[in-house]
Amino acid sequence: MKKLQKADYIKMYSFMLKIRRFEERAAQLYGMGKIGGFCHLYIGQEAVVVGILMTIDKNDSVVTTYRDHGHMIARGLDPKRIMAELTGREDGYSAGKGGSMHMFSKENNFYGGHGIVGAQVPIGTGIAFTHKYNGEKNICRTYIGDGAMNNGQVFEAFNLAALWKLPVLYIIENNKYGMGTSVDRAAAGLDLYKRGEAFGIPGEKVDGMNIFSVIEAADKAGKYVREGNGPYIIEVQTYRYRGHSMSDPAKYRTKEELDNYKQTDPIEIVKAEILKKKIATNDEIEKINKDTLELIKNAAEFATNSPFPKDSELYTDVYL
Amino acid sequence: MSTEILMPALSPTMTEGNLSKWLIKKGDTVKAGDLIAEIETDKATMEVEAVDEGVVLDLLFKEGEANIPVNKAIAIIGDPNEKVEVKKEAPIEKVIEEKKIEKNIETKIENKKADIIDTPSPKIEEDRNLSSEEITMRQALRDTMAEEMRKDNKVFILGEEVAEYQGAYKVTQGLLQEFGKERVLDTPISEHGFTGLAVGAAFKGLRPILEFMTFNFSMQAIDQIINSAAKTLYMSGGQINCSIVFRGPNGAAAQVAAQHSQDFSSWYSQVPGLKVIAPSTPYNAKGLLRSAISDPNPVIFLENEILYGLKGPVNNDVNFSIPIGKANIEQEGKDLTIVTYSIMLQKSKEAALRLKEEYNLDAEIIDLQTLRPLDTETILNSVKKTNRLITVEESWPFGSVGSEIANIVQRDAFDYLDSPVIKVNSADVPMPYALSLEKLYLPQVDDIINAAKKVSYIK
Repeated sequence: MKKLQKADYIKMYSFMLKIRRFEERAAQLYGMGKIGGFCHLYIGQEAVVVGILMTIDKNDSVVTTYRDHGHMIARGLDPKRIMAELTGREDGYSAGKGGSMHMFSKENNFYGGHGIVGAQVPIGTGIAFTHKYNGEKNICRTYIGDGAMNNGQVFEAFNLAALWKLPVLYIIENNKYGMGTSVDRAAAGLDLYKRGEAFGIPGEKVDGMNIFSVIEAADKAGKYVREGNGPYIIEVQTYRYRGHSMSDPAKYRTKEELDNYKQTDPIEIVKAEILKKKIATNDEIEKINKDTLELIKNAAEFATNSPFPKDSELYTDVYL
Repeated sequence: MSTEILMPALSPTMTEGNLSKWLIKKGDTVKAGDLIAEIETDKATMEVEAVDEGVVLDLLFKEGEANIPVNKAIAIIGDPNEKVEVKKEAPIEKVIEEKKIEKNIETKIENKKADIIDTPSPKIEEDRNLSSEEITMRQALRDTMAEEMRKDNKVFILGEEVAEYQGAYKVTQGLLQEFGKERVLDTPISEHGFTGLAVGAAFKGLRPILEFMTFNFSMQAIDQIINSAAKTLYMSGGQINCSIVFRGPNGAAAQVAAQHSQDFSSWYSQVPGLKVIAPSTPYNAKGLLRSAISDPNPVIFLENEILYGLKGPVNNDVNFSIPIGKANIEQEGKDLTIVTYSIMLQKSKEAALRLKEEYNLDAEIIDLQTLRPLDTETILNSVKKTNRLITVEESWPFGSVGSEIANIVQRDAFDYLDSPVIKVNSADVPMPYALSLEKLYLPQVDDIINAAKKVSYIK
């Protein structure tokens, strides 16, 4: 693996913080009624997507679930336009027609944002099929929630990916709960990464609170897939601090459990490492914090001032 | 005693077969279970086993003979010591028995025979590029796919049995050989998975043709068709389109019962984001499939198993296409309008002939060709001329394509109507297995005639 440079540490910290601040602001806007519908926050899981980001090629494709805001930020997309999609405005990435769960950016090879649990898995497998069909060296990173790991089409996709040796990296974000049902109440056999074994797909489990573990695993897995060996599964053990969606009070878990995870906060881990390695001073960290807060505040302002889509937009984009 | 070996029915829709090869010769002794011949059916070439035992006394057809009707004697086996009596004239009892069998088969075929009426419509006859030879619907579909695959290597085909098997209904015959296994892919029996995969490939810029062995199995994948393929262009604010054709046989075949006989035309036609096409002849199958493959949107292409063998002339220009969203006036008339599509075009034409002969009614027949977007203009113009409308389709009655047409016509041409619109649909029950009930379930020529009489106030 390529040794992490100083700039990499700063990049990691900034991106994770950007996601955290974005989600906190989204929660606030939701509470104010500026964001409607479903809104699934990524707080607590930042090390997963940012860790994967550190090993990504910009021509690789990504497809994920409805918990997608953090994924878009990690993909380098503009927080203003992401937030404007959440507020359902014309400057949003889907012009206000998709909302929190359905956001895309074709030019950045970001293929959503899918609202149906499990549906993104065959789709990501098909995007990987295209990379192979076109003779490209790129891979498709397909994120899967732990809840989707009990969904039939996921296994149909695993079978096809292994059968046709498709360049797809499956990343299971195991945040312990599929909505309010804990993994042990939903999945027979708790090692979700082993579910590819029957198809001959290698897999491993990774600590998703620690970004350095994620990077190491993602680097190894990415190389395996890119070299044409077929699919690979990484199960990242993570935790969402908030409920399933904004309307979830999370009564199904204890405060102690949550506090425990907060002890290993992924952003704090990176920060501590930066200070320990003297990559940046406390003051420099503070400046990043302040700038990030400002950036997100501006995004919120932009998103609440952007106009609603024109009425005439109701009938556009049904057919090309 | 000698026994006749009859041409067997090897598929639900087989009415005749070709004798590809004899595996026995005169004088051979055969036991039950021995292979005796290779028969080519409408779907595949298959080996046939002997059921009875004896010595082969005579082979009644030569190798390579084609179009031998089902239940026709093809060989005689028996005891060589008995006097061989090769019956050119069967005993009377036997003849009666055979007639009975033939009658049975005729009834069976009546439901599925495609060439009831195969006169090309006037429009087709005007086509200067019309081929002199007639080809089957399956060949027309196959040729069009091959032509489009030659033009654009982003077009590929996937589905169950499309490659090595040459297509469950032989529609993809020869494509594997021409285009290779990278572009003609056999999938496992996992519709949900491979449909999602194809949709993902289309999002990324390929142009998949996905064959459902029958549309009944598309229900396993319907989430990917509707929630992913149909809606993503909209949900992405116009960024991500899905150029894909979902094709395969739809509707009733012959005696395959409830789970394998269902018409999905109104289901899919309800969904914004999808286009829905239902061809009725080799000619329009070619023109419409080309438009479907070239279209940047997801297209549901509803074929009909019984029509696969229908022969007709085609336009062989590799750029010939029929626009999506345009109905065809199959025949002009002044007394009433029959709006129909797919296999019911054939029955509607037969009904129109009898309406003319028996009641002197000139029916105008509109073949929709595309169900979504619907060509309302052609329908309304016709109704404004004839003032009477019946719709004929294989779909269940509740919320069918005909229901929507009735709605549009009462809204936009109310004052032109001289009678209520009448819909002819399949029975509002799951498809039964029994031959007699199956016939009752499906719209028949008499049902169309009765509806036409009703809108014309003829007792």
